[in-house]
Formats: sequence, C-alpha cells, structure tokens
Amino acid sequence: MEYIIKNGIVYDPTNKIEGEKKDVMFKNGKIVDNVSSDAKVLDATDKLVMAAGVDPHSHIAGPKLVVGRLYRPEDSRRGVKPKTATTRAESGFSIPSCPATGYRYSRMGYGTVVEAAMPPLEAKHTHEEIVAIPNIDIPALALFGNNWFTLEYAKDNNVEDLAAFISKWLKITRGYGVKIVNPGGSEAWGWGMNVHGLDDPVPYWDVTSREVIHTLAEANESLGLPHSIHLHPNDLGHPGNYETTVGSMDLIKDISKNSPVRDQTVHMTHIQYHSYAGTNWRDFESGAEDISKFINKNDYVTCDVGQITLDETTTMTADAPMEFDLHQLNGLKWANKDIELETSSGIVPFIYSGRNSVHSVQWAIGLEMFLMVNNPWQIMLTTDNPNAGPFIRYPKVISWLMSNKRRTEMIEHGEVHKAVGRKSSLATLDREYDFDEIATISRAAPARAYGFTDRGHLGVDARADIAVYDIKPNEIDPSNEYETIECAFGNAALTVKDGQIIVQDGEIVSTKESQTIWANVQGIEERENEVMKKVMPVFDKYYTIKFENYLVHDHYIHNPIEVNIQAGK
Amino acid sequence: MAYEEPIRDYDELVENCTCAFCGCNCDDLTYLIKDGHVVGVRHACRLGASKVMEDMDQRLLVPMIRNDEGNLVETDWDTALDKAAELIAGAVRPVFYGWSETSIETMKHGIKLGELVGAVLDNQATICHGPSLQAVQNAGYPVNTLGEVKNRADMIVYSGNNAMNSHPRHMGRYSAFPRGYFRKRGRFDRTIVTMDPRYTDTAKMSDIWVGFEQNGDYEFYNAMRAVLRGKKLKKDVISGIPKEDIEELVEAMKTTQYGSLFFGLGLTHTLSKQRSIDIAINLIQDLNKFTKWNLVPMRGHFNVNGFNIFMAFEMGFPYGVDFSRGYPRYMNGETNTIDLLTREEPDVFMVIAADPGAHFPGGANRHLTNIPVIQIDIHWGPSTELADIVLPGSFIGVEAAGTSYRMDGVPIYMKKAIDKPETCRDDEWIVRELHERVQKIKGEKIASK
Repeated sequence: MEYIIKNGIVYDPTNKIEGEKKDVMFKNGKIVDNVSSDAKVLDATDKLVMAAGVDPHSHIAGPKLVVGRLYRPEDSRRGVKPKTATTRAESGFSIPSCPATGYRYSRMGYGTVVEAAMPPLEAKHTHEEIVAIPNIDIPALALFGNNWFTLEYAKDNNVEDLAAFISKWLKITRGYGVKIVNPGGSEAWGWGMNVHGLDDPVPYWDVTSREVIHTLAEANESLGLPHSIHLHPNDLGHPGNYETTVGSMDLIKDISKNSPVRDQTVHMTHIQYHSYAGTNWRDFESGAEDISKFINKNDYVTCDVGQITLDETTTMTADAPMEFDLHQLNGLKWANKDIELETSSGIVPFIYSGRNSVHSVQWAIGLEMFLMVNNPWQIMLTTDNPNAGPFIRYPKVISWLMSNKRRTEMIEHGEVHKAVGRKSSLATLDREYDFDEIATISRAAPARAYGFTDRGHLGVDARADIAVYDIKPNEIDPSNEYETIECAFGNAALTVKDGQIIVQDGEIVSTKESQTIWANVQGIEERENEVMKKVMPVFDKYYTIKFENYLVHDHYIHNPIEVNIQAGK
Repeated sequence: MAYEEPIRDYDELVENCTCAFCGCNCDDLTYLIKDGHVVGVRHACRLGASKVMEDMDQRLLVPMIRNDEGNLVETDWDTALDKAAELIAGAVRPVFYGWSETSIETMKHGIKLGELVGAVLDNQATICHGPSLQAVQNAGYPVNTLGEVKNRADMIVYSGNNAMNSHPRHMGRYSAFPRGYFRKRGRFDRTIVTMDPRYTDTAKMSDIWVGFEQNGDYEFYNAMRAVLRGKKLKKDVISGIPKEDIEELVEAMKTTQYGSLFFGLGLTHTLSKQRSIDIAINLIQDLNKFTKWNLVPMRGHFNVNGFNIFMAFEMGFPYGVDFSRGYPRYMNGETNTIDLLTREEPDVFMVIAADPGAHFPGGANRHLTNIPVIQIDIHWGPSTELADIVLPGSFIGVEAAGTSYRMDGVPIYMKKAIDKPETCRDDEWIVRELHERVQKIKGEKIASK
C-alpha cells in the first residue's frame, strides 16, 4: 500500500529539513521518494510533520514496573479507560498497564521507546512485557554497572574479557546496550550501604566507581556497540552532586569513539537529578550551570533531562540506596528488590508539588539544562518516566520549552515555589525552542545517540514512522499559544508506524505488535567461549537458577530487529 | 524411610527441568524417562518428585460432560469445547478462577477471553496470600531474589511457615544450607530463627525458636518494633515471650549483616490478617536503618506469583480483576471469587489448574453446585465432582513448556520433557480454542442483530 502525506510542514533535523512544505511518501513500511498515482492521499496541509518520536530513556517494561503496579492499585485506578472496538482497556497514570503504555505513546506520535533498565536475571520478564506493549519498538538496556563479573573485570582492568562478557550477555538477555546505575552503589546496597563519589571503594570488591565506568566505556567502545555507555552516575539526588557528575563525564575524555553511527562516548541520563549544588536540602540550589558548561565544551557527551512535571508519580530505579533515602524522607511505602549478582532496585511513590521549594527548584533545574545546553543534539526530552513524571507529560514539557511566557507565568503566579528565583537562574533564561529543536530533542538526537539509522528521520529508506500534529507551524505563536502546543503534541493528528496508520485525530485506529531491538555482536565468539569457561563455575555456584533456564529463549522475542555488529569495527 | 534402590532402568535423562510444585520452582531437576514416562526424578524433594512421577494417578484423560442423570460421560473435544464456549458466551457474570498451576502463555489466552465476555479473573491468592498483597499495598514491598539470601544472609527468619514441610528444598537450596559467596561455610555462617506457635520441623532445624501464642503475632511484631525504636516494654511477657528474649532477639536482628524474613500463611491468616504483614513489612523497613533486611512471602503454587505479575502488567491489578464493565476493576471483598460465590453472583464458573472443591468454604461451593462449572485440569479432584464439563489439560514443566515466576519473581522457562497422553490437550490450546469459539458465537450474535 502506498501513501502520500500531502503539503505538511516538515521538520527533519537529520536531513536538514527545517519547516519545508513538502510531501512525505511511504510504501511497504518505508519512506520512499515517489509513489504512483494510486497512492492514498493523507492531507496534512500546513500541519506539522515529523518523524515519529524516539524516547531515549523510559521505564516501561520489567520487574520494577510490575512491583509498582502490584503495590499501587491507587495509581492503576487513575487513567482507567474501557476497551473499544480496537483497543483493550487501559489503567494507570504513572505506571500504566502494558496496553495503555503502547496506546499513550502512539497518541503522542512516538514510535520507539528505550526501556532503560533490564536486570539480566529477569530479562525474560522484561521481554514478556515488551510483547504485551503494542505499537512501539522497544530496545532494552541491560544493567552492567553492579554486576559481580563487571566488578571483577574492572578491578583487574580487564577490558578484553569484559567486552566479551558484555557481548555474550547482550545475546543472552537480548539487550541493546550497556546501562550503568550508581556504579558500585547498588552492590553496596547489598549490605545496606552506598558509595559516595567516584573514588569510594565498593565494600568487599575493592574497586571504585571510576574504574567501573572507565572499564565499561572502554569495553563498550572496543565492541563498537551502536549506543555508548548509558550512565546514571553516583549520588543521584544529593545536594552537591554536580561535582560527581562532572567527574563522571570527565573521566571518559580519553576514550575514543568507535562507532560511526553515533557521536557520543557517554550518554548521561536524567541529568537534572545530577545537577545539584549546595550541601544539604536547606542550601540546595541549581548546579546546572557547571554541568551545561561542561557539556557545551565536550561533544563526546549527550544527555537526557528527566524533567520534573510536578505530578504525583512513582519513582523507580536500580539505585536502591537512593530509594531508601527517599522513603526515609517522604515516609511513603517503600519497595525494594535486590537481584542476585547483578543489581538492586527500589520504588517509592512521590508527590512532586509546586508548593515545595525543593521540588520547584528541581523543576527549574531540568528546564535550565534544556535552555543552557546550546546544541540540541546533545540534550534529549525525557521525564525519566515515571521518576520525574509520567511520559504523557512530554507535550507539557514541550510547551514549557517553547514558551518563555508560560515559564514566567508559572514563576510569577506562584505555580512553583518562589525559591526558583533565588536558587536557579531559570527566570533569566528567555530562550525558546523552535520546532526544529523540538524535533531534534524528541526524535533526531535520540535516534542518533542510539545509532538508529532507520528511524528518527524521514529520509528515503527509513522506516515509515511518522507523526503529524494538528498545528500550523507557520501561523502559530507557541510563546502565547502554549496550550494549543500541549494539546497538539498530546493528540497526534496522525501516527504512522512502519507504514501502518495507528492514530488518527488523537484516537487509536489500529494496533500492531511491538518489536524488540537488540544488538548482536559478532566476530568474537571464540573470546566469548574462553570467558564463559571462567564465568560458568561462578555462575553455577552463586546463581540460584540454571544457566539453561537463565537464557532468554527465542520464545520470548516475537518480532526481533537484530542489529548485527562486527566487534571492533 | 526404607532404603530405595536407585533407578537404573531408563531410556534417557532430561536435565534442568523445573519443578511444578511449590513457589521454589527448583529448576535443577533431572527426569529419568522410560517409554515416554518419567520413572524417576533426581534432585527434587518428595513433594515435587511424587507429583511428577505419579502424573498418571487419577489422571483426567478425556473430555467429559455431565448428562441429565448427573453423571460425567466421555465425549469428544469438539462437543466439549462447543458446549463450554456456549456457556461462557451466554454468561452474564462468568468467573475464571485458578491459573496458578498453569503457564503465563495460557493466561494470555485467558485474559483475552475474560476481556471479551466481561469475566472476573482471579487466582489462588484470593484464598492464600491475598492479605499479604493487601499489606504490600498498604506498607511496601522490600524483597530480594533468593540468591541474595544464599550469597549474603547471615540471619534467616521463618515466620508462620514450616518450610521443611511445605517448601522442602527452600532451606537447602536458597537459605540455610547452601554455601554462598559471602557465606562460604553455609549453615555454620548463618543464624536461623523460626517464629511459630508450633514446634515445627523448621523450628527443629533452627538455632532459635520463638513460640509465641497463637494469634499473638501482631502483638509480638509490635513489641519487636517498639524495642527496635528504643522503647521500653511495659509488660514482662508479650504474646507468651518474655521481654528479655524479645530484646535479645531484636539486638541480634539489628546487628546482623544481612537478614531475610520468609513468611507464610501462618502469619497471613491469623486473626490480624493483612495487619500482621503490614507490621512485618514495617519492621523490615525499620531494620534497614541499622542494617540490611528483606522479606519474601513463601508463595505456594509454582505460578501463583506469576498470575499476580501477569495481571499487573496486563491490567494494573494483581488478582480479582473484574472486566464486567469493560475496564479492569479490583475491589477486595467485592471482586474476589469467594465473595462473588457467597453472594451467588456468578452464573458460569471456569476453574483452571485449581481445586475449589477441596479448598473453598462450603457456602462458596454450595453456589458452585447450582451453576455450570467448567474444569480444565490434569487430575481428578473434588472439583471434578462439581464440574459439568471437564477438559483434560497437560502437565506444565513435564508435558508442556511454559513460563512461571518463582516466589521472588524470577521468571523461568519450564521446558517440556515428555509427550502428553494422546487424548489430552495443552492448557494453552484449550483456552485458545475456547476464546476462538466464544469469539465466533459472539460474532454470529452481532451479525444476527
């Protein structure tokens, strides 16, 4: 079937198309440069057309999510929607059910979402949920930062074996990349402890976070994976943590990139949570200036923001010691899950409020980061869903970015605490994003950071993942009409996924099975076998599951998109 | 126990099979197979081994329908499935109960069917760890995988649970005995505590037995929390335990390196129900201010946790999910099987891989005798006596592959080792057939309108 989306105003930063009136054509699920006269015409006259969104960091599938849903029926009861002729019933607000997750991303015009943390032992669970989520393609990042094998290799600075281990474990778990969460800290949580900063040795293992990050980055580059290391550094949410964050970025500067499909050697995630100055919650203030200065100077770093949306939400992370601290702080029910040999994780509900000075400053820091990082290719739109807010708030964040008027209004009308004025420089920043920059931070840049060449843009041969929004970029004044912006980005006029029309006028009109994207490294099988000879005795002794049953079998991967990589090339 | 000769007469070995009995989901079993039957099982406990080896005992082999005289008579698959589909399609308030002894793959078809006809989907949690889940919703869920216990724990508490009898390999494989990374000497590096009014086999294996009074658990836990928070106990004896003993125990729990609490229905189903678990969870949270503690509910069936997890990711709620209004509703006391049955609401009841006939209160079972009951199971049981249609399934982990979730949430792919009896069908196939047939009936109805 051939289609032509006619006369839209196209923003495609990858192909340097900035608001041109043109047609987008697709056929058999791919973008093409011409179609026959039989092509079905979809009129988008003067409307905003972009590639479908790519979310670089979101928690949508896996054991953490299920614990959240299991122990927060009060959240599931928000956002309940009955089934329709095409959709299943929905539930949940910050931790929606799997079907709801897929539908809601589609309604916002998204096509690809990266699941940001997959514990290898429970990878099967993550993949079961991926299968249950419709409409979007999902790569999952496997957790490596606190894995016992990683800690051993990092201690010995054994990059070669670590690379083979990563390559093998990505095959075993069908993962896409290397996620590092509070390196050393989540392992220390095994003893109820944490590590502070980059040079605090991990209890028993005698290795530091600095060594773990550096070795993993080296291994990642020696394999030439399509994504760089994905780093959630130490000291999340601690006042004064910006120094650790700068240190974490700085320690990778000597590593050279070994992949043509991306620009960075480290992706810093939810950077908002890591840009705090001060020494305690009283003198807590923004450290966004130092962080953004560093990023502006160093093009080997990309980041996503983790923007606070001032909602009641559910925080969940593999940074378990931080979650316990959070529970001590807010007293809300605490869930924790430690996973043998691999990681720990925690969950705590959280109510972000504009009346609270700390939350308001956190909100401001996120926006500061967006506005102070000059190159939109280095910063990406996320709310670290659901940690800083649910992903359905992206349209709201976009409206904030495009309207200085709205931000000023929020500050002046007391929608956020007055501390924002004292403790951040947000009020002085009058930059406003244009549509090209929005297209960059929400599709082009994330796709580039993950090495997706087949999505995030509208060039010929790309997947026909397209979003049309019901706004006329040449007529609208986003600064004043921020409500229209929010509404339009939340209810796509048209979402196309792999050539299939999923959403029309904000409603789901059809559904499709999601696909799992995973990275298959080839060429070092022998090395892998050597490493496995040493891994297996440890595995057999200390895991409580047999290796055969640890593997993620083909059975769990319904529609894989296998990205083949020649190791080191 | 008399000495038994090892089994030497077998055709092949199948390794790394997963036990389909309790929530331990031991995945290291070896099946000894001869002539297409499992004649021996290595590594399993007696409960698991006997379930696997005696799989043909009182086995349901052919579909049956109850005739007008009230007798179950054999029939063919088409007739039985059509009749079942007709009942489900015509139902106003169908309930699909069970699921804990079948695979996630089967549940996937079950939820489709449930959504289609507006059924209530519920599992055994409703009569066992349901209060634990309510407590989790009240207070939190600090858990760990069992390997964390094996590798780190130097103090292990069993509360209201007799693991030696109910989960026989639990202590040997995961908690007390195995040599872990940081506990190289296994049992010698650990302190085992049993808190139970009864002097159980688990208590006999323990270093400390705390035999508090029956139904005294809430008070006892409360006292432990008070001591932990630095309060002086005013009574000398609490729930039958001298206060000095409580103080000593709390001190030990506070100064341990890694503690793990396993609780069973003995804690969940005493008078204070979910409040007992609430306070146990609160105790764990308090202990984490001093050292590391986690807890794990000792789930019974091998996939009871799986159903809760499955329903949570599909629909946002763990059990007792009512689709009658076209959206998922979960209301304890309202949408749970026992409440529905005692209110005599359901008009069709499908039981899959469960035995309400044996476990439900009389009042609930009375209603089951008045409405059509469809049973999908592998063995005859009291529920078969209540059933009007019997659909013989297959044995997950032996005759059919499938996914299950261990008590700690670790997913395991249970592989197939032998073929099922020719006349039986896989659970997954049966539920899919029912879904397709009901869909057809519903489709025809819409067309005729």
